[in-house]
Amino acid sequence: MNNIPNRQAICDVLMENAKKDKDIVALCSDSRGSASMTPFFKAFPKQSVEVGIAEQNLVSIGAGMAHMGKKAYCFSPACFISTRSYEQAKVDVAYSNTNVKLIGISGGVSYGALGMSHHSAQDIAAMSAIPNMRVYLPSDRFQTVKLIEALLEDEKPAYVRVGRNPVEDIYSEENIPFEMDKATIARFGSKKDKKLVIVACGEMLSPALRAGEILAEKNIMSTVIDMYCIKPFDSESLIKEAEDADLIVSIEEHAPFGGLGANVASVISANKPCKIIQMALPDDHVITGKSKEVFDYYGLNAEGIVERVLKNI
Amino acid sequence: MEKSKVKELKLKAFDLRKTVVEMIVKSGGGHIGGDFSVMETLVELYFDQMNISPENKDDKDRDLFVMSKGHSVESYYAVLAAKGFFDEKELINSFSRFGSKFIGHPNNEIDGVEMNSGSLGHGLPVSVGMALACKMDDRKNRVYVVMGDGELAEGSVWEGFMAAGHYGLSNLCAVVDKNNLQISGRTDDVMNHKNLKAQIESFGWNVMEADGNDIEAMHDAFEKAKEVKDKPSCIIANTIKGFGGGEVMENIYSWHHHVPNEDEYKEIMKNIDARREAIINE
Repeated sequence: MNNIPNRQAICDVLMENAKKDKDIVALCSDSRGSASMTPFFKAFPKQSVEVGIAEQNLVSIGAGMAHMGKKAYCFSPACFISTRSYEQAKVDVAYSNTNVKLIGISGGVSYGALGMSHHSAQDIAAMSAIPNMRVYLPSDRFQTVKLIEALLEDEKPAYVRVGRNPVEDIYSEENIPFEMDKATIARFGSKKDKKLVIVACGEMLSPALRAGEILAEKNIMSTVIDMYCIKPFDSESLIKEAEDADLIVSIEEHAPFGGLGANVASVISANKPCKIIQMALPDDHVITGKSKEVFDYYGLNAEGIVERVLKNI
Repeated sequence: MEKSKVKELKLKAFDLRKTVVEMIVKSGGGHIGGDFSVMETLVELYFDQMNISPENKDDKDRDLFVMSKGHSVESYYAVLAAKGFFDEKELINSFSRFGSKFIGHPNNEIDGVEMNSGSLGHGLPVSVGMALACKMDDRKNRVYVVMGDGELAEGSVWEGFMAAGHYGLSNLCAVVDKNNLQISGRTDDVMNHKNLKAQIESFGWNVMEADGNDIEAMHDAFEKAKEVKDKPSCIIANTIKGFGGGEVMENIYSWHHHVPNEDEYKEIMKNIDARREAIINE
């Protein structure tokens, strides 16, 4: 099992690039440990900014620095950076079009038993609704690196959500299929018998792929789409893969509104409607527990996907 | 500053008030009271203090300005037009009109505007970021930000004060346009800061008070701020809301965003002309 969380992968790739690019700056709100950014702050103190527990300031200061030519990477727990700093993200980053990358760490229910205040089940909907804000949920450490490398090359705002814990590798050192703003097909269904499409993002990729394996044993072949790019949403890949689907399942670590499932439903209903099952966190205060316990409770796991598929296909 | 230049800038501040009135009357909306209180601050900054012009607007060493009290956009646009960033007639004829680039709050798609604003409490933290980046790169330029006194109730302003003090951003100078009025009434009644100077000082700032409607007083304060090498400076600019418009609008909170009717328009223009005459005859 991989033991490198996606947040650490971000630190590694920024450190690698910061050696040659002095305009890369990292900003933390007393969050450098949580963000796995302590090594960056130690190695590049002149490219590091601590703002204290002040997420609004974090984003505005990042915007001001970006206006002066810096590539500002602002790190804070996803729950805070996406809502406490929402207006700063809207006005100082997206509206002012500054080169700020907002990194929401420990997203979704990563903080588990710490409760609703620390969960971010609204961040995708919130950030997606801001014009000129892109939204990404990379699935594993390899894809995270590719994504950050691509973001380092552009000058536009973006929000990236990663989880707290290491997740199983989806890809490998030798095989990291990645194209910016294009979904990755993580599992190819049978061309003859393509009935089921599972669309997942972030930490839900792993259970989606396992579900694909279990279903294959039952002769139900599925295509699994890694829709790491929530905005701009890769409608083209979805429409193509869903062309002859009987059933589409979307699964996300997010509230059932304004996220991956909503995007999938919107695109499919406007193109080639078919049955869609949306799997997400409930519109409710999430039950107390570690993130895995929470996922299991709500059926956001491979078994949960299989069960829903078998009932509906 | 030479007397002739003082006179020139004083007159410019009143000339530009006329531009503001024309913009607001023609478009049917705007925030005239705060426009009039902040005008001398803007004129002194753009025509005396700051190294900024249409020619050097992209230079990394230019001085930077953020209009945090973005609703005073009319005075800001009027100053930028006078500075040559865009055409004044185009501004007056299209401000806030359908499809206009001259939105009712500063918008950085317009030449000369560094950052968008409008929602209060953003300008100081953004300016802190600019000043930090300039220090990081050893640039010698300065960053200026203007806030309103009502705006200081926003918590994010104090996050900005705290960070600027923490980092000793001597290249940052904030102005509080303290006209003592906001949309609901007297600022002291809405949310009283009790001792604003001491509060800002306690965050590690050099704080000065000056008559914000006096070009020379603002000039002196900005010059003193440049001499402070270890901390950011804040000028509490004591101003009169509606300054220059005469009794019909001065120090009356309802002029926060009142649009002059025909009689008021004439009265305001007459008062501005009278002030101009007085300056010419000084």
